[in-house]
Amino acid sequence: MITRRALLGHGAGVAALAAGRAWGAAPMDPLQSVAWEDMRALLLGKGPVVFDDRITVAAPMAAEDALQVPFLVDAGALGRVQRILVFADLNPIPLILDFAPGRLAPLIATRFKIQQATPLRAAALDLKGTWHVAGQWVDAMGGGCTTPALAHGEADWTARLGETEARVFDRDGRRRIRLSIRHPMDTGLAAGIPAFFIEKVMVEDAGGILLGELATFEPVSENPLLTFEVPAGIGGDITVTARDNNGNIFRRKVALS
Amino acid sequence: MRALAAGIALMLVPLQALAFDYQLTAREIAPDTYVVPGRMEHFNRANGGNIVNTGFIVTTAGVVVIDSGPSLDYGRQLRQLIGTVTDRPVRLVLITHAHPDHYLGNGAFGDVAISALDGTRAEIAGAPPALLDGIYRLVGDAMAGTTLVPPTGVVTEGPLVVGDHGFELLALDGHTRSDLAVLDRTTGVLFAGDIAFLDRTPTTPQADIEHWLAALDRLRALPAKLVVPGHGPVAPPPQAFDQTAAYLTWLREALAAAAARGLDAAEVIDMKLPEDFAGLAVARAEFARTVAHLYPTFERSVLSDK
Repeated sequence: MITRRALLGHGAGVAALAAGRAWGAAPMDPLQSVAWEDMRALLLGKGPVVFDDRITVAAPMAAEDALQVPFLVDAGALGRVQRILVFADLNPIPLILDFAPGRLAPLIATRFKIQQATPLRAAALDLKGTWHVAGQWVDAMGGGCTTPALAHGEADWTARLGETEARVFDRDGRRRIRLSIRHPMDTGLAAGIPAFFIEKVMVEDAGGILLGELATFEPVSENPLLTFEVPAGIGGDITVTARDNNGNIFRRKVALS
Repeated sequence: MRALAAGIALMLVPLQALAFDYQLTAREIAPDTYVVPGRMEHFNRANGGNIVNTGFIVTTAGVVVIDSGPSLDYGRQLRQLIGTVTDRPVRLVLITHAHPDHYLGNGAFGDVAISALDGTRAEIAGAPPALLDGIYRLVGDAMAGTTLVPPTGVVTEGPLVVGDHGFELLALDGHTRSDLAVLDRTTGVLFAGDIAFLDRTPTTPQADIEHWLAALDRLRALPAKLVVPGHGPVAPPPQAFDQTAAYLTWLREALAAAAARGLDAAEVIDMKLPEDFAGLAVARAEFARTVAHLYPTFERSVLSDK
């Protein structure tokens, strides 16, 4: 089997030779998205970019539920990374999340709302300043970003806003935390419903030292279910604090042991 | 210029008149009893949505049709096919459940009684127009002219006599909230609807696994000689019951185990399928859909434990 990485490794060189400076030696997008160059300029800046299949992007080939498309990104094979961006080129709001793992594992999973068939990508910024990008297409009938959250059909949704559930799972020495927060995560794109979403999630250790932080954006699904991992060597309680764009703060303590 | 316009018009006329040809065939599986087999695939442009088994029984009082198929043109062609088998009129169309591949042909039977369980009738009557948009997107032109036509009548569990055939209707649930199975006591043929699948991965958009397994147990107790599954080949019992039950039981265990390990849905989709099920038609894609349908309940129950 020819891996995408092998193709890219060769492809990048061939493309640079053939196109010379006109293409700025930029590697060809393996997903052939019309929006790739825009995404790169918008989200990744001017730094070097390589397509790199060492990053795992797990997601369905087709969205069965446009409001809840699961994905998991694992950049562990790159070693330590500064940031992981996850974005969908053709969504009306492309950027889904921006994760600074810090001392957490470079792994993040949640769900997003999809508006139409789109590439879903993860870009991991390594310690030398190179973006490593991987992804896949997700087919969809669409409409996920402009549909009102289900919460608006419930009379008491404000009473339950910010309720959390969490559990720790042992994953070969690392502790995987799965945490859900009740929140409508309104995109602002559904008629008459302003944007209302969690925009920051911070993970701190028992001493209040920041372990890692996550910026979340409008496309993250309603009642976000977040999955992240704490490496061996960090113990005690951790505290997860989420803040939405209206200034509400939701806090949850999770015992690692 | 006028000549060119006329030429274009000439080219367009035959194209417009060309309906999607489903090439339907009726297979006689018992006296007076026919199955129109569909492909074991997902909706696509090549199959026009014909992924479903429909059937009909020719009684002395007219023809009883089981499910009308995935589109208006399918329904029309099914009716033509029935006309090649018998001169008797269609007397009754029974819709097994409210999934679009089973009832979107209703428009071709607007002049006869179309009946279903009340839950099925209500679900079709309340179906959002976006449902049709989704199928147009997958199937394309074969859907031309198809509209949502709800059943006009309601049937309930119990005996139903039509001409010289005595039927037993069963009101079940589990595949959807309302699933009809039809046993023809005269021939011993059981039209199981989508409570039974054979060699084609079961679909689960509205599934309740416990209820579905209970429904299969009720079908097992019937004196059926031959089972027509909603999808897959006709076979004597209990083959389709066993295979469907085994798959559902595995699903329940595998999804619970994945949730207990803390796996995200995106990881579960890639899970290795057991050999018994990996060979079923559309196994991988259907399993991914099932994870979207059923896994959230499993993972939420694990999270709320603590």
